[in-house]
Amino acid sequence: MSAERALPGCDAPPVGADGILRERGQREVFCGLTGIIWLHRKIQDAFFLVVGSRTCAHLLQSAAGVMVFAEPRFGTAIIEEKDLAGLADANEELDRVVTRLLARRPDIRMLFLVGSCPSEVIKLDLSRAAQRLNARFAPNCHVLNYSGSGIETTFTQGEDACLAALVPELAFTDEKQLIIVGSLPDIVEDQLTRLLVDLGIPKVVSLPARRAGAMPAIGPNTRYLLAQPFLAETGVALDKRGAVHLPSLFPFGAEGTTAWLHAAAQAFGIAEERFAQVTAAPRERARKGLALYRDRLQGKRIFFLPDSQLEVPLARFLAGELGMELVEVGTPYLHKGHLIDEIAALPAGTLLSEGQDVDRQLDRVRAARPDLTVCGLGLANPLEKEGLSTKWAIELVFSPIHGYDQAGDLAELFARPLHRRDLLRV
Amino acid sequence: MQLTVWTYEGPPHVGAMRVATGMKQLHYVLHAPQGDTYADLLFTMIERRDHRPPVTYTTFQARDLGKDTAELFQKSARDAYQRFNPQAIIVGASCTAELIQDDPAGLAETMGLPCPVIPLELPSYSRKENWGASETFYQIVRTLADKDRRPLPAVGPNGPRRPLANILGPTALGFRHRDDVLEISRLLDSIGIDVNLVAPLNATPADLARLGEADFNICLYPEIAAQACSWLERTFRQKTVKTVPIGVNATREFVAEVCAVAGVTPPADLDCGRMGWWSRSIDSTYLTGKRVFIFGDGTHAVAAARVASEELGFKVVGLGCYNREFAREVRAAAATYGVEPLITDDYLAVEEAIEAAAPELVLGTQMERHIAKRLRLPCAVISAPVHVQDFPARHSPQMGFEGANVLFDTWVHPLVMGLEEHLLTMFREDFEFSDAAGPSHLGHAAAAHAPAAVPAGAEPAAATVAVAEAPPATNEAGGWTPEALAELGKIPFFVRGKARRNTERYAAEHGVTTITRETLYEAKAHYAR
Repeated sequence: MSAERALPGCDAPPVGADGILRERGQREVFCGLTGIIWLHRKIQDAFFLVVGSRTCAHLLQSAAGVMVFAEPRFGTAIIEEKDLAGLADANEELDRVVTRLLARRPDIRMLFLVGSCPSEVIKLDLSRAAQRLNARFAPNCHVLNYSGSGIETTFTQGEDACLAALVPELAFTDEKQLIIVGSLPDIVEDQLTRLLVDLGIPKVVSLPARRAGAMPAIGPNTRYLLAQPFLAETGVALDKRGAVHLPSLFPFGAEGTTAWLHAAAQAFGIAEERFAQVTAAPRERARKGLALYRDRLQGKRIFFLPDSQLEVPLARFLAGELGMELVEVGTPYLHKGHLIDEIAALPAGTLLSEGQDVDRQLDRVRAARPDLTVCGLGLANPLEKEGLSTKWAIELVFSPIHGYDQAGDLAELFARPLHRRDLLRV
Repeated sequence: MQLTVWTYEGPPHVGAMRVATGMKQLHYVLHAPQGDTYADLLFTMIERRDHRPPVTYTTFQARDLGKDTAELFQKSARDAYQRFNPQAIIVGASCTAELIQDDPAGLAETMGLPCPVIPLELPSYSRKENWGASETFYQIVRTLADKDRRPLPAVGPNGPRRPLANILGPTALGFRHRDDVLEISRLLDSIGIDVNLVAPLNATPADLARLGEADFNICLYPEIAAQACSWLERTFRQKTVKTVPIGVNATREFVAEVCAVAGVTPPADLDCGRMGWWSRSIDSTYLTGKRVFIFGDGTHAVAAARVASEELGFKVVGLGCYNREFAREVRAAAATYGVEPLITDDYLAVEEAIEAAAPELVLGTQMERHIAKRLRLPCAVISAPVHVQDFPARHSPQMGFEGANVLFDTWVHPLVMGLEEHLLTMFREDFEFSDAAGPSHLGHAAAAHAPAAVPAGAEPAAATVAVAEAPPATNEAGGWTPEALAELGKIPFFVRGKARRNTERYAAEHGVTTITRETLYEAKAHYAR
């Protein structure tokens, strides 16, 4: 049997031998800088200084929109013409900007220098700059660096790069403990932590912590659960420190959350009865929450455009727990290792695509006319105008969607556009 | 390097996108990494456009660098032509592509695409959005205007024809451009003038060939069209109408200038809208001398200052712009109001200036709206940068006589109204009617934005001062006594900052070491005019 098959409605390249369509063309995605929008709120005494261009500043401002009323803990050191003339001067300029910034914000305990496309292209060495500045400002303020550049990172990969930069800085411990890795809304983090502690796991901590001084220690007796599917580099960095990954489904929906908690329970030798006892009530709540939306979503066809790398686990949740049909599941990058359980849990024959050629992909959307298309903000209104209901992918990153008590809310995010379409008479 | 929290303008290629997205049948091939595609959402979300901007990004990645980014560019241009079949293509680079020096202009030229290809040089590290829009429009006009076209004879076989004007400058994502164009087109029609072409908004490249057929040009948005207008003036001998019709008086002058340029008799019975009477009516007396701080793009800021001063009787206490290209005009205007011009794109500098000026109303951009919210000052938006609220569903121009009506409503609405202002002053300590609750006609919204609400019935005066503002200067001279602070708290919030500053200045100048209630009233008498 040939693994190759033709796609409807266009002359797209055939699907590869592994069943995955790979495309390289125009991409319509955010760069990794965008992660700063939630990371700067998550770590309450950290500042994110992008070393980049006016475009970077404009991106952050446009992506953040007017959501940030307070003076945000991020900013851009905009490279100007004179900085391009000599890198020595650019380093001096950067030191000057950082000094001024930290003088203005003495409350900042952790400063991330964030690389951008221009800083990468001119080879401004931010790791050396971070070392230099750290020598000057530590221990008051710890200076780290990572790249959120769009030539290297897509959207949520920025968080991956940020957390991967944190890992080598973590203190050592040989205490038996579990780390939840990936930034979650505080309320969700608290819920999941409570469940894991109730199971009987002696110590449960999170990376990132909410304050720079409270980052977890790490060592050979550390086990970690990934809360987000986009943490490839962070996983590698954690493994290097001797921590052990607990592979599982990601905690979306009742089944995903159960599998995720169960992976931890097994690793810590928790009895099955205890597991059933602790998870019974929240599982029942999740079941009730999902039941509200199953009728509305059952049999509806959904198309994911690549955006946040959340696509595969979300598709698994929507197909498995709500009976939706998956037309195509696009993702900017497919981490086969971390997603091995997720891919296995997808309905047989689901079309997965990695990368993008946006015009050709939109041709496929138009040919398939799905009931719902998950896409970026640049594409949503144009597709709505063509009569195709859409769900903003960015809302899935900005909303509490993990765990049992958010399972219903997550389903509602997909049901709302369809409900609204049926509701409106205008 | 410049440390920036918020920026007033995007990079110059976003200006080019505003021109390209405003036009039809034009395509922009932009050599840029994937992150730059965020710019699409400016148009599809903020302006609610129902089509994607006509932009193909090459979205090169790190692994392409040094290999085949040039080829990637050519492939993107070829694919874009095939898919979109545009009448013309503009090509350029964003900030990152500028650094890798692939020369999109040269690459596109060698491809022999079967449509005009217009190369753009937009230096990202020294220029900004408005400049980019202006340069793009200028290059498009230069390339596409058919130099052989001229206006038809003033008198044809069917008798004399109506004069023809081009309206130049409106773009996508412009502050009320959509409505201004409609308003000005109607106004021109009412004085017997036809519109040959509006550009860039809704024009095709083919339309631009006809630019020379107009008798004259109207430079509606100088930030974008001044350069193109001056080229058209040199090339086609078309005169340029330069008055920007914002406000009643400016619109009257605009009509007079148009009539002079077009050689038509100015109408005797021009309907100038309601704004003049609304402002002269007795209810508006309380607007007299309201202190207003104005900041925006140069053109809108200067126009707003004139309207505020001449047509509403406000006092301009601050005037500035973020686009240095229009610093000269703003400086000249600031001189006539006796204020220091503020030419900066540093948001924090603007915030400082507003705090120092202690205005009663801020007219600014969305940035100043944030500042005003924080300082608990009323604010109306008069200029880009824009926000989804700046694209109202209703017709809401800034220009022409209807535009002046709109200005009256939107600037006066956020203020505390006449009698309410008196009552607030008289019964400062009524807990339900305190200024911490904000103007009553704005519902609870204003109260919700207050930094911290004072619990009803709590010791009102001093507490309110303490939470609503930075604490009064505790200078080395000793600062405020509790009684003086309490008295200060009885002054309505919209003049409290000024009272505080005046009192402290008076104390400093008169060697008063401790500010008492007496000092407050001494200062009041001293500065009263």
